[in-house]
Amino acid sequence: MAQLVLPRLREPSVIPGFGVALGFAVTALSLIVLIPLAALVLRAASIGPAEFWNIASDARTLAALRLSFGAAFIAALVNAVFGLLLAWVLVRYEFPGRRIVDAMVDLPFALPTAVAGIALAAIYAPNGIIGSIAGYFGLKIAFTPLGVTFALIFIGLPFVVRTVQPILEEVERDIEEAAALLGASRLRTVFQVILPHVYPALLTGFALAFARGVGEYGSVIFIAGNIPMVSEIAPLLIVIKLEEFDYGGATVIATVMLAISFAMLFLINKLQAWSRRRLGNV
Amino acid sequence: MSDAVLPAIERPRAQPMGESGLVKGLLIGTALLFLTAFLFLPLITVFLEGFRKGADVFFDSFSDPDTMAAVKLTLLVAAIAVPFNALVGIAASWAIAKFNFAGKNLLLTLIDLPFSISPVISGLVYVLLFSAHGWLGPWLIANDIEIIFAVPGIVLATVFVTFPFVARELIPLMQSQGTSEEEAALTLGASGFHTFLRVTLPNIKWALLYGVLLCNARAMGEFGAVSVVSGHIRGLTNTMPLHIEILYNEYNFVAAFAVATLLAGLALLTLVAKSFLEWRYAGELAASHRH
Repeated sequence: MAQLVLPRLREPSVIPGFGVALGFAVTALSLIVLIPLAALVLRAASIGPAEFWNIASDARTLAALRLSFGAAFIAALVNAVFGLLLAWVLVRYEFPGRRIVDAMVDLPFALPTAVAGIALAAIYAPNGIIGSIAGYFGLKIAFTPLGVTFALIFIGLPFVVRTVQPILEEVERDIEEAAALLGASRLRTVFQVILPHVYPALLTGFALAFARGVGEYGSVIFIAGNIPMVSEIAPLLIVIKLEEFDYGGATVIATVMLAISFAMLFLINKLQAWSRRRLGNV
Repeated sequence: MSDAVLPAIERPRAQPMGESGLVKGLLIGTALLFLTAFLFLPLITVFLEGFRKGADVFFDSFSDPDTMAAVKLTLLVAAIAVPFNALVGIAASWAIAKFNFAGKNLLLTLIDLPFSISPVISGLVYVLLFSAHGWLGPWLIANDIEIIFAVPGIVLATVFVTFPFVARELIPLMQSQGTSEEEAALTLGASGFHTFLRVTLPNIKWALLYGVLLCNARAMGEFGAVSVVSGHIRGLTNTMPLHIEILYNEYNFVAAFAVATLLAGLALLTLVAKSFLEWRYAGELAASHRH
């Protein structure tokens, strides 16, 4: 009888295996991801607000959080500009080696972060290829916040290119033609007709690059120099706390990082929905 | 005079549709310069530094038993984590793409969750659960089970980090394929398992391979999550990326970069295979990879 009153949780289907497939997937998801994450939240909750605030507002913690979020933000901005340029060049122009360049854009996805980390450190260190040139102009990259930003630019680039590229491919040539025939200059056509179609995707790419950058560890720690209060990122501070068996400290920093990350992703989601509405479902 | 009476005929001057050669060249040049500084140079550097002291020193790096142990552990971890995540990915995409049920969007979001969590936090959650001071620590010690600072912890952390890879390749593809082919097979009397094996699997095999490739690259290269749970015991719980870190911190740069060339080679292979799949089987991959 009760079944008759319950709302239907699943549309009927002749295809079998729903229970097994969903059961297996949800069990694995719960055991591997959800329950361990819940353990983190519970641990944080058991710390108590006063102690939590004490750890979270510690100068070293704040400096690390500021660096992680700040460097990730700047890196994502740089990637938004150059990623858009790269996507444009790959979609619109033919040049020798275009296919190879296109494939290589995914290198940061495929190259292990530790490998990228030691390679970037070798290049941007004061005696490295680019580091020595920069040093000639009095600019220090490795072992400074700038080095952290450079590593995050490497990590985040494909996120922007790969979200913008397919949208740019879809833009109809007709609207460009119309704009050109109506007398718009090329610059105006590009910035007021073509690019507005791309902005929501660009925002998504920016958000993905930013989120990845905030949590990035492997590619950063080699180039950062890890000087407390200067070039020490938040994930590294978690590792340091763990090595000191300060589980409470590690938990608090992790919780704050997660909370800020999710709040920002939520905000960017809203911003995206708004820009989609405004530009009429592009 | 006639001009003044017929202003409508006067057309606006048509503007060019593309950029001039100079602008084009500048844009391509800037893009390539940026890529060189951030992508090509790091890749080339790995190989240059690995061979800096000649091929002999390079190959000597691999005679170190700890290095070989790291290679073996990395292969072992990937051999467990990748098939597991492939199975979960298939199960999840079967449920999500072939059925409509309450909570589907929530499930989709939760599957992608590991992508938005710092790898270090992915490792931390297992430490909080399984380490000696963790929730289950006392019970594990009493039963003589080692997870943290041992291989099971490394496998768990790797599975966590690579959890979404296969599912996110399969779900959009299977959703676009619909259910009509499966329904036809079932109507003709095929069993459910047979239908999956003979109808669904051939439709998704290239996308599955694509997901497995990416999952494997990340599993073999994962650093942050594994670093937190491994304990860095040489010859026992060091994967290749962790071994690279140790060699690097000991200023043994040639050996560090020599081991790194193996992982860089794996990354290049992954990119080649991925590009080949995108080029040859574009129609059988998720729409976002068709170009």
